[in-house]
Amino acid sequence: MSDKKEALFSKKNRKLLIDPLNDNNPVTTQVLGICSALAITVQLKPAIVMAISVLVVLSVANVLVSFMRNLIPSRIRIIVQLVVIAALVILVDQVLKAFVYDVSKELSVFVGLIITNCIIMGRLEAFALGNRPWKSFLDGLGNAFGYGWILIVVAFFRELLGAGTLFGYPVLEKMGLYEMGYENNGMMILPPMALITVGIIIWIQRMKNRDLIES
Amino acid sequence: MDVNKNSYTFGFAAIMVVLVATLLSAAAISLKPFQDKNIESEKKQNILSTVGIEVSREDAAAAYEKNIVNTYVLNNKGEEVEGDAFTVDLGVELKKSADQQLLPVFESQQDGEKIYILPMRGKGLWGPIWGFVALKEDMSTISGAVFDHKSETPGLGAEISLGWFQEPFIGKTIFEGTELVSINVVKGGAKEDDMHAVDGISGGTITSDGVTDMLAERFGQYLAFFNKKMSEMIELPTDSLVVDSTMAFNLNTIQ
Repeated sequence: MSDKKEALFSKKNRKLLIDPLNDNNPVTTQVLGICSALAITVQLKPAIVMAISVLVVLSVANVLVSFMRNLIPSRIRIIVQLVVIAALVILVDQVLKAFVYDVSKELSVFVGLIITNCIIMGRLEAFALGNRPWKSFLDGLGNAFGYGWILIVVAFFRELLGAGTLFGYPVLEKMGLYEMGYENNGMMILPPMALITVGIIIWIQRMKNRDLIES
Repeated sequence: MDVNKNSYTFGFAAIMVVLVATLLSAAAISLKPFQDKNIESEKKQNILSTVGIEVSREDAAAAYEKNIVNTYVLNNKGEEVEGDAFTVDLGVELKKSADQQLLPVFESQQDGEKIYILPMRGKGLWGPIWGFVALKEDMSTISGAVFDHKSETPGLGAEISLGWFQEPFIGKTIFEGTELVSINVVKGGAKEDDMHAVDGISGGTITSDGVTDMLAERFGQYLAFFNKKMSEMIELPTDSLVVDSTMAFNLNTIQ
């Protein structure tokens, strides 16, 4: 009952939103969603599109599952969650294809990746099934932001060092670095470097926040 | 209510499946006309951009009517057969045997010269790739190329749809003397003086190879048509339409 009186952005609720950005980040702490971090961080633009689409799908799916949480039979809950996610993703994709065709072309390749993104399933299972819709919504937003910023940081370094561009704009060329003998690092655009970049972020995070280090 | 009873579980699953299926089919059916229109306009845009005309999606239909002067469908013997070039689905055609396939051709007139636009379709790393290649009247020099894909990785295989990959095709030739050599997409970069090769995509080798294979296969299908057009150009008597190797060689060296 105390839940009802709670302010929309009470300390507890703010924690739901802010925690996943750092201390409880889905990528660096929970180590989820790594596959998409490898696949789509070659350039900044697709990384941002992916982050936004995960944000929409995760927060809406979290709210839907939270509304149904008392109705879902526990034995088939994973299937129910999967159906909710898949239906949402397909629906969004269909609408985009009809009305914003260019965005849908950009997104099409990620649709499959969103359905298989373990962060979404993980949040539904760990949070939405046991909490009220508003809290679930905040949790969805928080985790999507936490996932998104990692993706964008990784994509920033990979595009900049690998191709010398940002959003396709030749930054390094304009800065005259090539004339000074700099060469693009071709390895940055290969998948292993995404993993290493994520590794470096995890390293920096744990250096700053010693609590995260496992004993 | 016990939500873990078998009957409830079955009931819940059944209702959920029906609801979701209805919702998705309703969305798919009601949105299909809009989606088809987008796809059609995009195809027209692509065809036009191989001859250097860049238009917005809204203006594509009008520009297409104006610039594409003739369309027809061929068989692999180079004979015209019945059919609408625009609606031929290469995805379906490629499943048929070579002599059953319909080969669409789009003709455009630019600066007094006829340009032949041929649709392409092949396999990338993750799914189909397709495109259009425009050939000049000599049936060998490429005047424009556009490629697209369904699910190649952004920054890697998906680069085939970008200008930097497509522009080097312009001016390359698909015939070496008498032989159809097509265009090779070369890993590590093509030699500058190579008239039949363009640079590949770092990290996108399989998709690059997919483009090479697609071009070779598709051009191969049109070989009879190429020969026919070449022989028309050197004004042979009408009864000998198929050019032999020496004639094709002469024609290409004259060019």
